[in-house]
Amino acid sequence: MLNKEEHEILKAKAKDIRREIVTMVHRANSGHVGGSLGAADIITALYYHIMQHDPKNPEWEDRDRFILSKGHCTPVIYAALADCGYFPKEDLLEFRRPGSHLQGHPYQPKTPGIDACTGTLGIGISTGVGMALGAKLKKQEHYHYILCGDGEIQEGQVWEAAAFANKYKLDNVIGFVDRNYLQTDGYSEKVMPMDPLAPKWESFGWKVFEIDGHNFEEIIDTIEKAKNEKQPVMIIANTTKGKGVSFMEGEAEWHGKPPAKEHFDKAMLELT
Amino acid sequence: MEYKATKQGYADALRELGRENEKVLVMDADVAKATLTEQFEAEFPNRFFNCGVQEQNMLSAAAGLALEGFIPFASTFGVFATCRAGDQMRSSIAYPKLNVKIGVTHCGISVGGDGASHQSNEDIGMARTLPNMTVIVPGDYEESRLATHAAANMEGPVYLRFGRDKYPVVPEIHGSFEIGKAKTLRNGSDITIITTGILVNEGLLAATTLEEKGHSVRVVHMHTIKPLDTEAILQAARETKGIVTAEEHSILGGLGEAVAGIVAENHPCPVQRVGVMDTFGESGQSQELLDLYGLRAPDIVEKALKILS
Repeated sequence: MLNKEEHEILKAKAKDIRREIVTMVHRANSGHVGGSLGAADIITALYYHIMQHDPKNPEWEDRDRFILSKGHCTPVIYAALADCGYFPKEDLLEFRRPGSHLQGHPYQPKTPGIDACTGTLGIGISTGVGMALGAKLKKQEHYHYILCGDGEIQEGQVWEAAAFANKYKLDNVIGFVDRNYLQTDGYSEKVMPMDPLAPKWESFGWKVFEIDGHNFEEIIDTIEKAKNEKQPVMIIANTTKGKGVSFMEGEAEWHGKPPAKEHFDKAMLELT
Repeated sequence: MEYKATKQGYADALRELGRENEKVLVMDADVAKATLTEQFEAEFPNRFFNCGVQEQNMLSAAAGLALEGFIPFASTFGVFATCRAGDQMRSSIAYPKLNVKIGVTHCGISVGGDGASHQSNEDIGMARTLPNMTVIVPGDYEESRLATHAAANMEGPVYLRFGRDKYPVVPEIHGSFEIGKAKTLRNGSDITIITTGILVNEGLLAATTLEEKGHSVRVVHMHTIKPLDTEAILQAARETKGIVTAEEHSILGGLGEAVAGIVAENHPCPVQRVGVMDTFGESGQSQELLDLYGLRAPDIVEKALKILS
């Protein structure tokens, strides 16, 4: 349970992160703003309340792992990692620029705090279940948080990973589907229907929870419940793409379009 | 002549490695009986993971295990690792340069009866164009065993290529094995035959035929396609009149093109390529397909004489 003060802190952090997201993508004139804004509350809950991690020691063996399987949403994770102190905030200025460690999609060897390379969809959840199996072999007790896009789960590989996690009883995996119903080409149920989604995961042997992905209490309480499950868990988080910037909310066009000056200024006004 | 499966060299090495190093894990995608990794499973059931028919997840999950400090050997057929799971090889393994070994069997036309769907004649090309990837194509059973040990002992991704069938045992390539260092099996000054994989035996037979015709033949066995032993190639380009390459792979993308590229840029000399032409294979007996697709000593001799005449 969150107390009022904790709740306020998380709300403020999420707003900071959203400002960084919009700024990063605007400055780079490239990047994925909509999905990053939509996932900001989940990321905030994980990095500022749930996860055991140490920015001073990113390789800490027993840390909780986070895998951004929807790898295009780097702005949200870079903003959180920089704010936590994994690398200087100035690095964010170099997002998507030559020589920067902040690549368009996560590059684990160079960016402190990034636990796996992702970018082509579906590979992140597979890498995550592989890491989770590794942790079991080493008898470690940390968790693996894996954030998937709802377009991403159309990839067959995601369901291969789902079967694998069930086979090896990976109860140290807690996944999220960022269910905003929008993908590059529009409404996801039109592009490729995946509903009813919960029974799909359940039939693959996963425990499923469905939550409001912008409600910190729900996010945190559900993760705490998930930790007690003896099977892999998928949290279907209903979110709004572009959350926090009114004119981006629910608009597929802001999936991969960087905000130009006018839109940037408008967005920043809303996020102050 | 003694015949032995190259994949048995892989399987034997895996068990030896399993005894030496508990970080060594083996994964397979429902072809453990065919790749022979079931032999590792029999000895180390808790360090063997059958992923079912899901090559893509296997390779990305192998990346996850490597991130946790293990040395996974992910095993399947060549065509499935490269063509089916090419993205996972590239994005999950090669890009972050993870310590995953991809051990593939059933490569080349000699797969035989299964036909073109399973005959991987493109995989060397796909593997060698990936940055960070080491590509090894051993010539016989013993070299396969040595190569698997060498792969385990280096840090970083390795693509190890084996066949389905039994192939000639070639004592000339036994002994030491160093990744990236070609083996000069015969010294000669007229022409050089550069072989990789199981065509090493055909290369030696071709050399004998050419020597009987009065030519002095150098035979270089290029078990590592990447990193390529460019010095051995350039030495051949400088010291002999030309090079014939021989591989059980398409003439596109493999050893032949790699050698031609190095030679063209540094010391141009005639290069002739023996390999599968730009075509798909078909069903047949392993040995008859090697005849039909022009992967025999007489094919090498013919190309050599083109250069020598």
